[in-house]
Amino acid sequence: MEAFAALLDALVYTRSRNEKLRLIAEYLRATPDPDRGWAMAALTDGLDFKAVKSSTIRNLLKERVDPVLWTLSRDFVGDTAETASFLWPEPLGETGPPPTVSEAVDALSAMTRANVASELPQLLDRLDSAGRYALFKLATGGLRIGVSSRLAKVAFAQAFDVSVDAVEEYWHAFGPPYLELFAWAADGDDAPDTAHIPLFKPFMLAHPLEELHVDLADYAAEWKWDGIRVQLVHVAGETRLYSRSGDDISATFPELLGALQLPAVLDGELLVRGTAQGGETGGAASFNALQQRLGRKTVSKKMLTESPAFVRLYDVLSVDGEDLRGREWQHRRTQLEGLMPRLPDSHFDLSQLVEARDFDHLAEIREGTRDDAIEGLMLKRRDSLYVPGRKTGLWYKWKRDPLLVDCVLMYAQRGSGKRSSFYSDYTFGCWNGDPDAGADLLPVGKAYSGFTDAELKKLDKVVRQTTLNRFGPVREVERTLVFEVAFDSVHESKRHKSGLAMRFPRIHRVRWDKPVHEADRIEALRKLIRD
Amino acid sequence: MSAPFSWIKPHPHGVYVEPADCWIDPSRAVDKALVTHGHADHARGGHGATVATPATLAIMDLRYNIRENITPVEYGETVRLTGGVDATYIPAGHVLGSAQILLEHAGERVVITGDYKRRADPTCPPFEVTPCDIFITEATFGLPLFAHPPIEDEMAKLLDRLAAYPDRCVLVGAYALGKAQRVIAELRAVGHTQAIYLHGAMEKMCRLYEDFGVDLGELRMVMDHDKDDMRGHIVICPPSALNDRWSRRLPDPITAMASGWMRVRGRARQRNVELPLVISDHADWFELTRTIEEVNPHETWITHGREEALLRWHQLHQRRARALAMVGREDEDD
Repeated sequence: MEAFAALLDALVYTRSRNEKLRLIAEYLRATPDPDRGWAMAALTDGLDFKAVKSSTIRNLLKERVDPVLWTLSRDFVGDTAETASFLWPEPLGETGPPPTVSEAVDALSAMTRANVASELPQLLDRLDSAGRYALFKLATGGLRIGVSSRLAKVAFAQAFDVSVDAVEEYWHAFGPPYLELFAWAADGDDAPDTAHIPLFKPFMLAHPLEELHVDLADYAAEWKWDGIRVQLVHVAGETRLYSRSGDDISATFPELLGALQLPAVLDGELLVRGTAQGGETGGAASFNALQQRLGRKTVSKKMLTESPAFVRLYDVLSVDGEDLRGREWQHRRTQLEGLMPRLPDSHFDLSQLVEARDFDHLAEIREGTRDDAIEGLMLKRRDSLYVPGRKTGLWYKWKRDPLLVDCVLMYAQRGSGKRSSFYSDYTFGCWNGDPDAGADLLPVGKAYSGFTDAELKKLDKVVRQTTLNRFGPVREVERTLVFEVAFDSVHESKRHKSGLAMRFPRIHRVRWDKPVHEADRIEALRKLIRD
Repeated sequence: MSAPFSWIKPHPHGVYVEPADCWIDPSRAVDKALVTHGHADHARGGHGATVATPATLAIMDLRYNIRENITPVEYGETVRLTGGVDATYIPAGHVLGSAQILLEHAGERVVITGDYKRRADPTCPPFEVTPCDIFITEATFGLPLFAHPPIEDEMAKLLDRLAAYPDRCVLVGAYALGKAQRVIAELRAVGHTQAIYLHGAMEKMCRLYEDFGVDLGELRMVMDHDKDDMRGHIVICPPSALNDRWSRRLPDPITAMASGWMRVRGRARQRNVELPLVISDHADWFELTRTIEEVNPHETWITHGREEALLRWHQLHQRRARALAMVGREDEDD
């Protein structure tokens, strides 16, 4: 536990991405199984102990220290786990040696609501302040130390010199403490046999088209739908649904799981049906309608009837046990079309190709479309293999006006009037280079509209939970959230450090699903200057 | 016969001693001031007359050019003020020259601590417990979460990091009066003999400490040296310079800060500190409460800091206390 506690503290004080990677990699190399696997689980939010909540900690402390002093201290520190780690009374007499991470995990898993109040203190008494902090963070999840699950996986790949794509792919096959993964990566064992496991396959992604023109002889065009990109995997009788970041969201859309009954890996856009908010009859509703269903652990019957989900298919990665990722898009498309009759049309349809005479004609079609569920166009090289990540020249996204960029929330300020208790004014930034190579975010604009009241409540909560700094009414937050920002135009400006200012920026939507390192770069925004 | 202790009157900008017509640590210019120590929230220029220890007067002279109407008082020495008030200066263990002031009048004893700590400090004599009726204390770190670790632990952290990155330097943000010199003296005490580099704003105060007999070893000025000279060395600057353009002249500095606030992770992150050093010249919670128990006053008055928590402690221990709500005290860099 001491090494894990030291790692957490080192990560807390480290801002550089490379240094964070180095620290995690070093820990993974130096720490034996299964501790390092549990630590990885903690870093990738893979742990959940039902008996230990923030309120459990608070109650334990209030039994041991004066409640007034507890509250004053908690208010000063701003973090329950940290305050508790400070105020926990040092035990009298002999205590055991500090538990290992796996010992702590075993003990935490065995705790119930009935015995947590007597069991947890026994662990705490064996730890020092830093150890208690680590234990609380481990127990309650949500480390909030500026390490994303992606970053932890990159560190894992770096630690053992294996490909991060392979790590992403195998990750979901195993649960903590990931002994098979370490055996493969660290000890040189054979790659895990994943043939019978519904694994997530890393997505192929697109670059923005920007000013480029492409020849439609080489590129096929299809609509880019305004839902969430998903992957549906069916292997050995089991189906799982994955979001773009590789999170398993099967429980959120249970209706889709039964709908896929053949061995396949499908790539598509998850949408909900409805005529509301711009949707056509039997077609897709706008993103706002879909948003009501995102992020839920359980779904009510009412929701299932009112906003049923379906997947509009873009691609097929494998079918009937054959991996198609090494085949050209044209081939995969034919396979996908051939597959459609075998899929229930209640839950699947095919994303139609957009036929155009030439590029200019395509531009015209793009301008003319008014369907709210359409975000723009996709252009895919007909001979492109399905390659993870974003490889230049293969796929392009061509978003529809208004101008949209994906920015990262950096600062939030309290609103005024009825919003005075909410952090409702957001300053966001774009990357000044490659975020995976240590680029920074620079502020590019500020917006306070474009979200619903329900979203505002959620945003306010995020701001409070991820605060790094307070400057009067302004809070600096951890870089965890992506906004798709819509704006009319962008100009050179000295007001922001980025040298750019947006005209009429508003939050187009909150991309709860999008990892921050996939937000846009300053250079992408700069290219939108039309002065 | 006036009411007990009616001769001493706390105001938001200082404690007024009525029979002597003088103020303790006034935050605005007055005719006569008794000053506990040289920090700007206690000592300022422009007073008609100033009474303080020789070191505090030297510090005030350095900062405010005061040479006239000054009365130096040695530790243990008593000065008789007008109106039958005696003032005795007693070591407070805070910084060079820092004193508690014991006021005696009509058989009543009041101790004003200024700022203080109970840990050993190579730059000043230790705090002395002085029995009194009213104990006027600070409460900068008056929350039970503040437990300053042994300074040896923090020195080891600093030297370990320095050794691990021989091509870089460790830049330590430290308050220019007191903290900086204590960090240097503690480094010397654990055998760190290498030259230590200083930000320009540190020089005069360090020389003053040396004039008062505090050995700081070899000090060099950053401005006189090239980047490469400073690799593998400790550099000390005021906290305000930590994230300033000034630090660009240093060889890939590791940012450290020496402050009691570094106990709280969020405080360190606010300052972009990579190496927090929990070093304070103030009493932590346990020193504060132990001191009050040892002094065992009839009543405690709390000048500034986390008054609420210390008041609560008094309540829990059936002790009398009140908060004075002094203004302009306390510094985020302490």
